[in-house]
Amino acid sequence: MIKAVQKPIDEILSYLDTYSKILLSGCGACVTVCHSGGEKEVALLASSLKMARNKMGKNLDIMEITPARQCEPEFALELAGMVEGVDAILSLSCGVGVQTLARNFNNAMIFPGVNTVFMGETVTHGAWEERCQACGNCILERTGGVCPIARCAKQLLNGPCGGSSKGKCEIKEDTDCAWQLIYDRLKSLGQLQKLQEIIPAKNWGTESRDKGPRKIVREDLKI
Amino acid sequence: MKAGSNLEKVLSAGHFALTSELGPPKGNDVSVIQKKADFLRGNVDAVNVTDNQTAIVRMSSIAACSFVIQMGMEPVMQMVCRDRNRIAMQSDIFGATALGIHNIVCLTGDHHTFGNQVNAKNVHDLDSVQLIDMVRNMRDNQTLLGGEDKIEGEIRMFIGGAANPFADPFEFRALRAAKKAAAGMDFIQTQCIYDMDRFREWMRMMRDLGVHEKVHILAGVTPLKSAGMARYMAKNVAGIIIPDALIDRMAKAQKGADEGIKICVEQIQELREIEGVHGIHIMAIEWEHMVGRIAEEAGLLPRPQAA
Repeated sequence: MIKAVQKPIDEILSYLDTYSKILLSGCGACVTVCHSGGEKEVALLASSLKMARNKMGKNLDIMEITPARQCEPEFALELAGMVEGVDAILSLSCGVGVQTLARNFNNAMIFPGVNTVFMGETVTHGAWEERCQACGNCILERTGGVCPIARCAKQLLNGPCGGSSKGKCEIKEDTDCAWQLIYDRLKSLGQLQKLQEIIPAKNWGTESRDKGPRKIVREDLKI
Repeated sequence: MKAGSNLEKVLSAGHFALTSELGPPKGNDVSVIQKKADFLRGNVDAVNVTDNQTAIVRMSSIAACSFVIQMGMEPVMQMVCRDRNRIAMQSDIFGATALGIHNIVCLTGDHHTFGNQVNAKNVHDLDSVQLIDMVRNMRDNQTLLGGEDKIEGEIRMFIGGAANPFADPFEFRALRAAKKAAAGMDFIQTQCIYDMDRFREWMRMMRDLGVHEKVHILAGVTPLKSAGMARYMAKNVAGIIIPDALIDRMAKAQKGADEGIKICVEQIQELREIEGVHGIHIMAIEWEHMVGRIAEEAGLLPRPQAA
């Protein structure tokens, strides 16, 4: 799922400086799972913002809502009744959800309350790690189920660089070398011959956003 | 001859090759190149010109290579995948060969967070294996990557790559060199060698894969200046192994620098005896004036005049 972290409160306060009535929207999906923008975090942030503004002598009214999935218009439109009369919307959804609100509510300023960081998995309670960069052409079949695009600091496709040492990446001691993981997995599966094949230059042009934002259109699902 | 460079001629003639390294200035002061070139001229067959090594911004390798030619030496242009995409790389290879640069070493590149532009966006459009394949294709098929467009002119490049027998996973290291050889690499320069046992083991694996017959292997050495430098490198530089015995020897020496040179000369003599090692690459970091002395004491002078 998408992982995000809340922005520093001072940064959020700076966005809201000239506003006195806002709608604070969380999201019931990814940001709830990673504890950065669910109903609980909405309530906590609302209290913190109000206290901070009270100390400044500038009252801030905050309405709260947490739709199930802010990135889908039918849920985002649940905000419609509340948007009337607020000066701005602060969203704790990922960058996708923020843009869904921007597209649907023309008359309100929208501010992001989180930094969207990556697509990843929960490795242990309270810790998440990046696993996918949505390159658009999955090569996990060739790399033993470990993605070097997401997990190698240099996105190498043909093996580890000279900085792989004792299983770790040279740039961060606590980060596994993706190619060590790939090697170990393929070895244990008896598939080391896969590493002898040269993976050719990647077609970033059609596979990732380098050729502009990507779209999926399913005619069979259109109504 | 694939490229007709002096380095290719020396290696093809079966001579034991010697290369070294020249780091361009952190600015446009050409006298820095002149000074280093003066130390190296006549002592090596060709000199690697680094490409923003350790991600510190320096004069471009291509420009510094051009000055090296003007100064009467043969350059080996290093090119890293960190800072350029395939458009810029192929464009620079056009320019480099037009300027008379006929050796290239294709490298991944040190991670940019080690340098002085830590907030940069790194590129890594190609990896080093793919870069080797691209240059070979430009040279042998006169076409651009993935296209039929014929190149105007002739790309004569002697293609090098790096290998680090001291990084992990160790068992994959010879296999990776074999992939580079299959992609079109003509010669290898290795990471600096201090752990001779591990290097011998890697060479055995290289011979088992037959890579030593496809590419010329130049063994990398870096003279130690002091016990402090040895300790620092052993502890802080990923992919470098320095045995404790060597650090102790440096620590006990009266004059660390002289001992470092002595060790380096011994290493060269030892490496020369290993089957499949066709030359030495001396990386005397900011110690270029010692390269002549090392070459002399190792019996590598005068350099051959390859026809």
